[in-house]
Amino acid sequence: MTSLAAIRSGPKLQPVLGLVTGIIFGFLLQKGGVTEYDVILGQLLLTDFTVVKVMLSAVLVGMIGVFALKAAGQVRLHCRAGTAGATVFGGLIFGAGFALLGYCPGTAAGAVGAGALDALIGMAGMVLGAGIFARLYPRIENSVLNRGAFPADTLPELLGVRPGIVVVIVALVITGLLYLIAVAGF
Amino acid sequence: MIEWLLMARWSPYLVGAGIGVLIWTAFLLSDRPLGCSTAYAKTAGMVEVAVSRDSAKAMPYYQKITPTIDWQWILLIGIVIGAFLSAYLSGTLSLLLIPPLFAAQFGMDPLLRLATALVGGIFLGFGARFAGGCTSGHGISGTLQLSLVSWVAAICFFAGGILVAGLLFGFGGAGG
Repeated sequence: MTSLAAIRSGPKLQPVLGLVTGIIFGFLLQKGGVTEYDVILGQLLLTDFTVVKVMLSAVLVGMIGVFALKAAGQVRLHCRAGTAGATVFGGLIFGAGFALLGYCPGTAAGAVGAGALDALIGMAGMVLGAGIFARLYPRIENSVLNRGAFPADTLPELLGVRPGIVVVIVALVITGLLYLIAVAGF
Repeated sequence: MIEWLLMARWSPYLVGAGIGVLIWTAFLLSDRPLGCSTAYAKTAGMVEVAVSRDSAKAMPYYQKITPTIDWQWILLIGIVIGAFLSAYLSGTLSLLLIPPLFAAQFGMDPLLRLATALVGGIFLGFGARFAGGCTSGHGISGTLQLSLVSWVAAICFFAGGILVAGLLFGFGGAGG
């Protein structure tokens, strides 16, 4: 039997896995309706909660599985340190772009697959925006991006409790939110 | 089974659960979270390399995010193919330039839609690289690992999005 380490370092296998993962991801995004401008804007205008339902369900299922696999010693987490300077400013700029384009980096690719030409222009814009960032990077790395380091990398570290407890709390909060959204009729 | 693949929409809970399971396999088989915005930075790097290989190599950001075709880049191509298959199977595949909601608010001027899409895309690409991830990298993959930076980023994505969508369409509902 091939070991996980061999699969993960397979130079021919990994691109194929990336392609298969992308195809399934794109299929799911389109079937979920979140490759549509109207659905994404509906979420940002708080009239259609499809995006939040998809995201919270993914986080709930993904979180439980990833932490179970981690407990079994099969996977490692990929949490990074961050700063308020980079995350808050970058996040708000991203949000503005999210509302203007009506797709995000992943759903724009899905929208193109489903025939949305405006999403194709949006993808070109994203390449341009990422390129502008790369050009500015040496100048803003120390002055902006490294400003205001967060006190911890993860929520369990921040709260000072075991990850398992936070997983249970977040799972309950997400389930509660999904229930409330459904009860409110969205 | 076939009928199910032909359906135009699946339950958002089921779609979300499917994405969650897909993230298990990405962690297990590729030791990676599911993220999309890095691919755009890699593409920008490829353009820089095409223009001038030496100056692109000297740029610090492309030493960190190498302009290579790898798992993350091919993932994005896969998304286009997967969404195409889904739309084709359900008979909803159609070329569209101006989404209905945009047309209802701003009219049918294609240049206006393309301009907002381009500016929105620039903001998304810039903001995602600034914050270190996007709706999938931070919003789903990061938050489910209980990463603090990802939770802050996801909240900011939606705060900025809700604010700007409200400014464009009026707060209190579409066209309100």
